[in-house]
Amino acid sequence: MHGIRSKLTPYYLMLPGGLWLAIFFAVPIVMMIGLSTMTGNVISGFGETWQHFGNYVQGFTQYTPEWIRSAEYAGLGCLISIVLSYPIAYWIAFYGGSRKSTYLFLLLLPFFVSFVLRTIAWNYILGDQGLILGPLKHWGLIAPGFRVLATGSAVIIGIVYNYLPFMILPIYVALERVDPTVIEAGRDLYAGSATVFRKVVLPLSLPGVFAGVLLNFVPAASDYVNASVLGGTGNTMIGNIIYDQYFVVQNYPVQASLSFSLMGILLIGIFLYARALGTEEVLEAAAAI
Amino acid sequence: MTQASEQAGSTSATETIPAIQMAGIVKEFHSRGDVVRAVDGVDLEIGSGEFFSLLGPSGCGKTTTMRMIAGFEEPTHGEVRLYGASVLGVPPHKRDVNMVFQSYALFPHMNVFENVAFGLRRKKTAKDEVTRRVGEIIETVGLSGREKRRPRELSGGQQQRVALARALVNQPRALLLDEPLGALDLKLRQAMEVELKRIQREVGITFIYVTHDQGEALTMSDRIAVMNEGRVEQLGTPRDIYARPATRFVAGFIGTSNILSGPVTSAAGGSVVILDGDGQHVEATLRDGLSLSAGDTAEITVRPEKVSIKPDADGCAGCRLRGTVTEVVYLGTSTNYNVVTSTGDEITVFVQNSDDSAELAERGADVWLTWDPRHSYVIGAQ
Repeated sequence: MHGIRSKLTPYYLMLPGGLWLAIFFAVPIVMMIGLSTMTGNVISGFGETWQHFGNYVQGFTQYTPEWIRSAEYAGLGCLISIVLSYPIAYWIAFYGGSRKSTYLFLLLLPFFVSFVLRTIAWNYILGDQGLILGPLKHWGLIAPGFRVLATGSAVIIGIVYNYLPFMILPIYVALERVDPTVIEAGRDLYAGSATVFRKVVLPLSLPGVFAGVLLNFVPAASDYVNASVLGGTGNTMIGNIIYDQYFVVQNYPVQASLSFSLMGILLIGIFLYARALGTEEVLEAAAAI
Repeated sequence: MTQASEQAGSTSATETIPAIQMAGIVKEFHSRGDVVRAVDGVDLEIGSGEFFSLLGPSGCGKTTTMRMIAGFEEPTHGEVRLYGASVLGVPPHKRDVNMVFQSYALFPHMNVFENVAFGLRRKKTAKDEVTRRVGEIIETVGLSGREKRRPRELSGGQQQRVALARALVNQPRALLLDEPLGALDLKLRQAMEVELKRIQREVGITFIYVTHDQGEALTMSDRIAVMNEGRVEQLGTPRDIYARPATRFVAGFIGTSNILSGPVTSAAGGSVVILDGDGQHVEATLRDGLSLSAGDTAEITVRPEKVSIKPDADGCAGCRLRGTVTEVVYLGTSTNYNVVTSTGDEITVFVQNSDDSAELAERGADVWLTWDPRHSYVIGAQ
C-alpha cells in the first residue's frame, strides 16, 4: 500500500501543473489549428473544415517580406546584443567584486517601467528633431533629411534595448561559473591573457551566449511593439500582421495560421539549434538564470 | 636530495645552483585598510631534483609562498630566483614552473589529451612531438586509453593524475603542488603518495609540495619547511623534524608530542638535567645554538613511542619518571597510555602490541616511565 502510494506521489505532484497545461495550453492549440483551417469571412461567418490549408499558403506568400524582416531584425538584434552584452557581463562577473548584485539590479532597473512606455521613450530619443538627431542637425553635422525613426534600424535598436538583460544575464551566469583557478591554470600553462580568453574563458561561456540568443531571438521574432512604435509603416514584422489580422481585418483563420506557423518555425528552429550545440548545455545555461 | 647527498653527488654546474632561492620574502595583503602579513621573512633554498614540502596549518603562508614562485603573487619585499635568475615581475605564463592545483583546475571543455597538450601547444611544439610527449606522460600517470574522456567523466583520483600529467608534460624546472591529495579519500591518498614519489624519481623534476598533512610531508619529502604565521619554524629532513622538533609549535604540529618543563638543575656537555633525585632523572639534549644554565626554565619534548612503561624502577634507562596511569586506549596495533607524572605533566605513551600479553598497566596504577636521554630534546627556554 505504502509502496504504491509513494510510486504515485510524483504523478500527484504533477497533477496541478499538468491540468493547467492541458486546459490552457493543449486545448487552445487544438482550437487554434481548427480555427486556422476554417473558411469564410467575418460577415457570412467561418466554417470548420480541419483540412483547408489555404490560409497557410496565403500566410507565407502574401507576407513573405514580413517573415524575412522578422528573421532579419531578430537575428541582427541578437548579434548586436551579444557584442554589447558580453563585455558588460564579463566586467560584472570578473570585476564586480562584492557589488555584483548591485550592478545586476541596476541593469534590470529600467525594466520595472512598462515595455510599451520604454519603447515610446525611444520614439523621443530617435525622433527626427529628438534628443540625438536634433542637436546634430542644429550644428550641421548630419543632413537635415536624415532620420532613424521609422526605419529598420529603429526597430532593431528597440529590440536590442528591450531584450538586452536577457542576453547579459545568461552570459553573466556562464562567466560567473568559470572557476578562477581554471583561468590561473591557463596562465600557468604559458597562455597570455588573450590566449586564456580565447581558449578557456570564451568556450566556457558559450553556453550562456547560446542561451541568450534563444531568449532574445524567440520573443524578438514574434515582437510587434517595437515595429509599430518605432518602425513606421514600411518595416512591419510578422507579429504586426498577426495583430492586424486579428484586431483590424478580423480574418481569424489567417491570423491563427500565421500564429501557428510562427510557433512551429520557432520550435523547429530551437530544436535544430539546441541539437547542433548540445541540448543539455543550452538548456542548462538557460535554466541557470 | 638532501644537502649532504647534493654535495656528494653533484657533478654538473647546474646542479650546484639551487632550483629555487627565496631571500627575505615578505608578502603583505591589504584588506579594508588593514595590512595582513601573509609571509613574514622567508629564506629558502630548494635544490634541483629535490622533493621539498612546505608544511603548516591553514593561514601559515605556505600557499602564498608557492604562489610567489608560480608568479601569481609578487613579493612585497625580497627576491625569488629560479636557477639563479630573478623572476621578479615575470608573469606566470613566462615562468618555467608549473602548478598542480588543489581543485585540479582541469579545463572542463577539453578532453584528457587536450588538457595535457595545452601547455605544449602554447609553446608551439611540433604536432607529432605533442602527440608523442602527451602519450608518454599519460602512460606514466597510468591513464592510457582514457585520452578522449572529459574531466567530469573521470574519478577524483584520475582527475588528479590528469592535473599532474598536464603540468609534468612541459618538463618544467620545478613543479608546484598545492595540496593535491586533499580531495581524495584515505586509501587513494596513500596510494597516490607512493605514486607521486615514484613519478618524481622517474622524471627527476624538483617538486615543491604544499600541504597541511604531516603524514604526506613525512612520507614523500626529502626536506620539509614547517611554516607558522608566515615564518619558517624549522627546516630539515623528515627524520630531523619528527625526532628533533626545534620549537614548541613544530613539536605540537607534527605527531603527538610530550612536553615537560622545569628549572634546569645542571647543564653540561650539550645536555641539561631538569629533574634529579628521589630515584627520578630527566635529562635532554640541547640543540645547536641554544644554551641554558642552572635556574633557567627549560621545555623538553619526547615522542610517545620512545617512552616505555615499567612496573618499578628496575631496568629503567637514563631518564626515569614516576607517574599514575589515567587512561588506557586500545588501538589495535598499539595501546595508548595517558600518564600524569610526579611533576604534574601529562605524558602519552604508545606501546606496540607486539605480543598478546595482557596490558602493561591498568587505569590508576602507579608506574615508571623511562626513555633514553638521546630521545629527549630541549625545544626552548623561558
